[in-house]
Amino acid sequence: MTDRPATLTPPPVVKNDSRAATAARARISVRNLDARFGANRAVRDVSIDFPDGQVTAIIGPSGCGKSTLLRCLNRMHETVPTARVSGEVLLDGRDLYARGVNPIEVRRHIGMVFQRPTPFPTMSIRDNVAAGLRASSRDRPSRRREGEIVEESLRTAGLWDEVHERLKDSATALSGGQQQRLCIARAMATRPSVILLDEPTASLDPLSTQKVEELVHQLRGSVTVIIVTHNMQQAARVSDRTAFMLLGELVETAPTPEMFTTPSDPRTEAYITGRFG
Amino acid sequence: MWLAAILATLPLILLLFHLLREGASSIDLAFFTRLPKPVGEAGGGMAHAIVGTLILVGIAGAIGLPVGIGAGLYLAEQRGARLATSVRFLSDVLNGMPSIVMGIFAWHFLVRPVGHFSALAGGIALGAMMIPLVTRATEEMVRIVPTALREAALALGYPHWRTSVSIVLRTALPGIVTAALVAIARIAGETAPLLFTAFGNAWWSVRVDQPIAALPLQIYEYAKSPYDDWHRLAWAAALVLIGLVLIISLLARFVTRSRHGGVGD
Repeated sequence: MTDRPATLTPPPVVKNDSRAATAARARISVRNLDARFGANRAVRDVSIDFPDGQVTAIIGPSGCGKSTLLRCLNRMHETVPTARVSGEVLLDGRDLYARGVNPIEVRRHIGMVFQRPTPFPTMSIRDNVAAGLRASSRDRPSRRREGEIVEESLRTAGLWDEVHERLKDSATALSGGQQQRLCIARAMATRPSVILLDEPTASLDPLSTQKVEELVHQLRGSVTVIIVTHNMQQAARVSDRTAFMLLGELVETAPTPEMFTTPSDPRTEAYITGRFG
Repeated sequence: MWLAAILATLPLILLLFHLLREGASSIDLAFFTRLPKPVGEAGGGMAHAIVGTLILVGIAGAIGLPVGIGAGLYLAEQRGARLATSVRFLSDVLNGMPSIVMGIFAWHFLVRPVGHFSALAGGIALGAMMIPLVTRATEEMVRIVPTALREAALALGYPHWRTSVSIVLRTALPGIVTAALVAIARIAGETAPLLFTAFGNAWWSVRVDQPIAALPLQIYEYAKSPYDDWHRLAWAAALVLIGLVLIISLLARFVTRSRHGGVGD
């Protein structure tokens, strides 16, 4: 695991509906991952595969470590003081925690969307979507190319028709749901191979939630989606596979229909039938 | 309670009223364009003091703003660090420092070794007074930028320093600009630190290594003179100084209302 190259060039994105292929290869493999905040061990010895092009939901009660696990996948966990990580996270077989891997580079290849919409308030709608493209001064696209990517990303997020006439307006003028889809467009603009959604609908109304879920459906196949949610119905609606976490441990992972009908672990069953959490 | 509220604004109202009555009559174009006339001659102006004040404020801003904003950003980002705690405490102490002490200090280190008074010494003394004001205000403004925004930028692959500058600082900017203008308005009227640094100058001078005139010094000089027409000019200078501060304050309010504004307005 030593001396791996510091650059991570994303492999070509596989454009097919890999939902049928249950044995799809793993885009991200987590091996014996431990994550701590100071003395608190938030994620305990977790190993899990996230299949390429599929949607994996991580469910579990509050404080079970699901968000922390997600934040380990793009090395955001370590941005918090006292945070520590051990174990491996392999993106296409390369360990993101290997020496010499630049976390900034990692985050450019793995998009992330947060619980609350986080448009940059000082930027226009267009600038928000282009923000990731401008993150590095190297390989910045031309103004024209940037415009194309912005349009493409906004179309992907289903937001183009709503905002194309006011791209220069402040992003804070949008509704909460639009802002969240803008953040998804922003994360998609850099063409990540993986996108992490940390309870993306927690602060949205039902209609906006539905739009975001539809968007997740569309992304399936072209990107690997990992979504943390404490809403089990949402996990059932949007995901191919579901992982259940409890007290920092991964209890079980299974194809979503199986998980919600015949869970193998009694703790999973107790949780999804609403006996706790 | 309403009485106290009215009393709170009473000094300002009386002051403005009195200044207008005493000073307005002496303000004409010559006041802004001419140098003072010798005692006994009518007319003359304070062009040198107005320009002098602008130069002093310029020097102070060039020192106080970058240092203050940088320090404030550091304090906000390294909240718990030992260095941050000490810097925060010391900058509060510096903020409470009587301005005359700052003047003596600047005199000792910047005037005495050189052997003569200078605009630079005055500007540095004022700049040092600005630093804690700007530092603490920047810290407050940067602190209210949500952590979520910082995380969003980091998650997009922004390096730490770019996140601080182009997202966090940019979002806090309207608040910081307001604070900077308030700090400038504060120091523009300071007299004590200038008494033995910039010293004042009866003639036209824009050289930073020479003594320079300033409105507050001119007011002090003219007000304690025995001549009636100098008294009138002192009132006029006070009115102009207040006007300058008022313009800066209005500018501060205007800036915070700009579109695409961040937090702090």
